[in-house]
Parts: sequence; structure tokens; C-alpha cells
Amino acid sequence: MIELEHVSKVYRTGDIELRALDDVSLRIDDGDLVAIMGPSGSGKSTMMNILGCLDVPSSGTYRLDGVDVGGLSDNRLADIRLEKIGFVFQSFNLLPRTSAIRNVELPMVYAGIKNRRGRAQRALARVGLGDRTHHQPNELSGGQQQRVAVARALVTDPSMILADEPTGNLDTASTVDVMTLFVELHEAGRTVVLITHEPEVAEFAKRVITLRDGRVVEDVRR
Amino acid sequence: MTVWESARIALRGLRGNTLRSALTMLGIIIGVAAVIILVAFGNGLQRFVADAFGPLANQIQIGKDQGGVGAKDLTDADVRALRDTARAPAIGTVSASVAGSAQLQLAGGGSYRTGISGVEADYLDVSNRELLVGSFFDDRQATGKAKVVVLGPNPVASLFGGQAGEALGRDVRIGRTSFQVVGVLAPNGQQDDVAVMPLGAARSYLLGGGDVVDSVTVRAVSTDAVPQAVEQATAILDQRHGIRDAEDRDFTVTALQSLLDQSSQVLSFVTIFVAAVAGISLVVGSIGVANIMLVTVTERTREIGIRKAIGARRRAILQQFLIEAMVLTGIGGVIGILLGIGISAVAGIVLPQAIPDFPPPSVSVGSVVLAFGVSLLIGLLAGGFPANRAARMRPIDALRHQ
Repeated sequence: MIELEHVSKVYRTGDIELRALDDVSLRIDDGDLVAIMGPSGSGKSTMMNILGCLDVPSSGTYRLDGVDVGGLSDNRLADIRLEKIGFVFQSFNLLPRTSAIRNVELPMVYAGIKNRRGRAQRALARVGLGDRTHHQPNELSGGQQQRVAVARALVTDPSMILADEPTGNLDTASTVDVMTLFVELHEAGRTVVLITHEPEVAEFAKRVITLRDGRVVEDVRR
Repeated sequence: MTVWESARIALRGLRGNTLRSALTMLGIIIGVAAVIILVAFGNGLQRFVADAFGPLANQIQIGKDQGGVGAKDLTDADVRALRDTARAPAIGTVSASVAGSAQLQLAGGGSYRTGISGVEADYLDVSNRELLVGSFFDDRQATGKAKVVVLGPNPVASLFGGQAGEALGRDVRIGRTSFQVVGVLAPNGQQDDVAVMPLGAARSYLLGGGDVVDSVTVRAVSTDAVPQAVEQATAILDQRHGIRDAEDRDFTVTALQSLLDQSSQVLSFVTIFVAAVAGISLVVGSIGVANIMLVTVTERTREIGIRKAIGARRRAILQQFLIEAMVLTGIGGVIGILLGIGISAVAGIVLPQAIPDFPPPSVSVGSVVLAFGVSLLIGLLAGGFPANRAARMRPIDALRHQ
């Protein structure tokens, strides 16, 4: 369960004050498939950083599974990201020169989980890459790399999979592949939050939240 | 995350940049090897000196102080007093000698001027020498002014073409008296230009001087007893020569031990100094490591961002880069140690063949442990700053880095 209450994020550069998020309140239930949309500069990236616990709100509260993330230290935030959030980035962000399976194992390394091989293997099979485990990122297509990233995101069983423009660097066929994967994860009961500016991607979502100038201007359930 | 896990990640990071890692290590390798080799040479030299002079450690030399006005000579009576074990319990053996020089002449024609030592029968023992051939004169010959002589290597070289066996049994004219050669001394590099004969014979036929003794070699009963022996010998001679004030002494008492201590101290200073110079290359090597780690951290900013976004704590990142630096310097240290030991071993075989009597280097365990410890410490220090920088990066900034 994700709860934002009157969340604002203000960036200051010298005398200029930029209100990237302005008094946003919303709730995302477990198991939902949500797209957060908006043109560039609408506060999407800030939203993503705050939802992903990469940054904290300037004011207001953000509760993830009941935990108020606001006043936590860097290390506690890292723990929450490790436990509760699986990231999928636009540019895949796999470790270079590192095999797919080692990339998928990475969060388990930091979580101190033993017997990682089997779990990583199953996660890769889940995204349809059971036969590509020892390929390095540069030996995989964009769609395959993004599926490795999805496997990495779901391998630790997080509360939420947070995807930032996950199809931004993919062709149409791969986009459909990856989005189908998200829909499957959603149908299996996972919370998936997509940040995107592409309407065709948002079409896969059950709920579309539109941001403009840091405010929620539309919140539609389909 | 465990240290083992970090080490695996670090090794993979280093393997990703083999040439750079190797070049960075080279600085550490050379520094560590240089320290080990130079300390080994210093140790070899120290051991050589200790082996050569160690047996002399309980020796005390007593001689006349040439500068003293109205100084009394050392005499046979002095020697007898020093031999009194009741008064000098710390003194083991006492051996008197006289010295001078004379012309040696061979019946066949050759002649050679050399130093003459008139000594007692325990000369070999006292001066820590050995015979090449023949035998030394015994106590009876020594006191009985026997006309026998033991030649040093130099006169043998000059008169007998270096053939020790040739010299044995031959008659040599020294001064106006004919002496039979009964033995030849093995060289010791210091007192090879000498002809050794019984004390009484040297006095009677060559040097004169009545009961005067030029020098007395005293051996303490043990190395530990050297200070007491010096004290007792000094007290006996003070009394016999009527000395009240130490400044008026007409004799000198010198323990070789103190000379040995001084020389080994000087040698260890030299060793430390040379090792410190070699240590400078280790410092330069460590700057190289720090430099490469800074570059690595900058290059891998994005990787750091990914790791932090996924949930790596600061400590995990710090650990990863610290261990990477320490693996770099640790492997460099091990290679440097192997290289240093190898070169020392090869030098120990080759150099004594090329240069006779060259003391073979001896690798000290201490220098190996120290070199390895220092290389790990370098990794810790040189890697610390870049690693800390990596650990403090904010994931959103690091991820944005191209």
C-alpha cells in the first residue's frame, strides 16, 4: 500500500525555487497496475524518485506499507529499496560485463540471501530468458536486457515494481513483450507502478494518474 | 554483504581492466621487491660480519698505550697476574704475543719481508685461525724457544709460489737463524702477511726485548662475562702499574664485543636507510593506486548508482572499493614478495660465484611480513578516499551520470 499525503518536493537553486511536486495526495492499493503520466517537467521523475525512496519529500508524508519514509537515514532508505521496491529503468541499468544471472542475483547479494542461483534462475525463466542466463548485457537485445531488469526487480519479492519509462528505449515488438510481462505480474498479484509519457503504454494500466506542473490533474480507472 | 562477496566483486572489477590493474600493481611489486631484496643484502652482510667475528666476541685485547709518558711495558709478570683465576675469575685464557718484522730468506735465493708474531701455543684458538697444512707448535716447543715457524699465505705465495705443501718441512732463514716451516695458515683476509713462531724464539733470535710483551689477548669465560673480565684485567694491571687515575693508564683494554656491536649497529642503520630509500618507490606506487581508484570510481559512477538504487548500503559500496584497492595492492605485494625472494635467492647463487666471499643475501621474515602489511595498508589508505567518495554518492545523481 502506497500512501502520499500532501507531498511536495521543492528544489532550490540560488534564489530560484522549483516546486516539482505540489501538494500531491494519492493512494495506490496492493496489486494495482498504475501508470503515472505527464509531459516532461510535470514532476514524473520526482514522483518516481520519491516513490522509489531515492529521495524524500520536502513536506508531507509518504508511507510505504505503513512505514513513514520521510525521516529515514540513507542506510534505512537503502534497506527499504532492497526489501520493498524493484526498479526497472528506461536505460535498463544492468551492470556491464556481468552475466544476466549475476545481475539478477545482485539484490540478493545485498540482502544476504543464500542459494541465490536457483532463485535467479527461476526469475529469468519467469521473464522468458531461462536460456540466456550467462549472456552479458551487450550480448542481449534491448527487450531482453529490459526483461533481465524485470527479473532483477522481482527476484526479491518486493511490495512494488517501479518502472521508469521502461519502454522508452524499446521498439514496438519489445514494448509489447515487456508490457505483457508487467500485465502478467499484475495478474499474479503484484503492485506495478509505471512512469511514462507514452499513451500506448498507459493503455496497459488499470489506473492512469496524470501529472501537470507537479499536481495531479487526472486520475482515471479503467 | 560479506567481505568474501566484496572480494569476488572486486576481483571481477579488476579482471575487467587487466592491463590497468597490472600496471598499477607494478608500482607496488617493484617497491615491495626492492625493500625485500635490499633488506636481504643488508642481512647477508650483517650475518657475514657476525659469522666472521662472532667467535671473537669474548676476546679482549690488552696493549701498551703508546702515548703515555713514562709508561711501563706489559711484561711476562703482568701476563702471569692475569692468569691468576682467584683474582680474575671472569678471565678464561690469556695469550701473550710480541710483534716485529724481519726478512725471510730461502736457501734457494728468494727473500721476503714480513711481519713476525711471537705467540703462545694457543694462538690458533685465540685468533680464531686455521691451518692449511702441517701442525702448530705445541706448548713445549712454544716455551722451549723451538726454531719452528708457521707461515701466513703471503710469504708462502712469495717464496713458494703459493704451494703450501711445498713450504712444509723446508728451512727458512729469518734474521740470522734458520727456522723449520711446520705449518701454513689458512688466509683470513686480515693477517695474512705474517710469520708466526714461538714467543721465546721470537724474543731470543729476532726481536729481543727481555720479558716485554706487545699485546695480550684475553678471553672471557663467556660472552656475558666480557664486562667483568675487562674490569678485572683493568684492576690487576692498574695495581701492578701503580695507576690511581684512569687518565694516567699506560695500557688499553679493548673488548672486541663493543667494536662488533658498533659495527653491527652501523650495518643495521645502513640497512634501514637503504630499505627506506626503497620504500619511497612504495610510496610512489601507492599514489598510483590512489589515482587509479579515483579514476575507477568516477568511471563506475553509474554502476555505483545502480547498486545503491537496488539497495546497497554505504558500507557495502565502501567495502567493495576498499577491498578492490586492497586486492590490487595485496596481489601486488604477494608478487613483489615472490619476486624479491626469487631475486635474492638467485643473487645468493650467482654473486658468490662472480665475487668470491660475497655474503649471500638472506631474506628476513620480518621484511616479508612488513612489506605485505605495508602493501595492504597502502590499499586501505589509497583506496579509502575514493571508496568513501563512492559510498557517499546519492543514487539519483549517480544514476544520472553518463
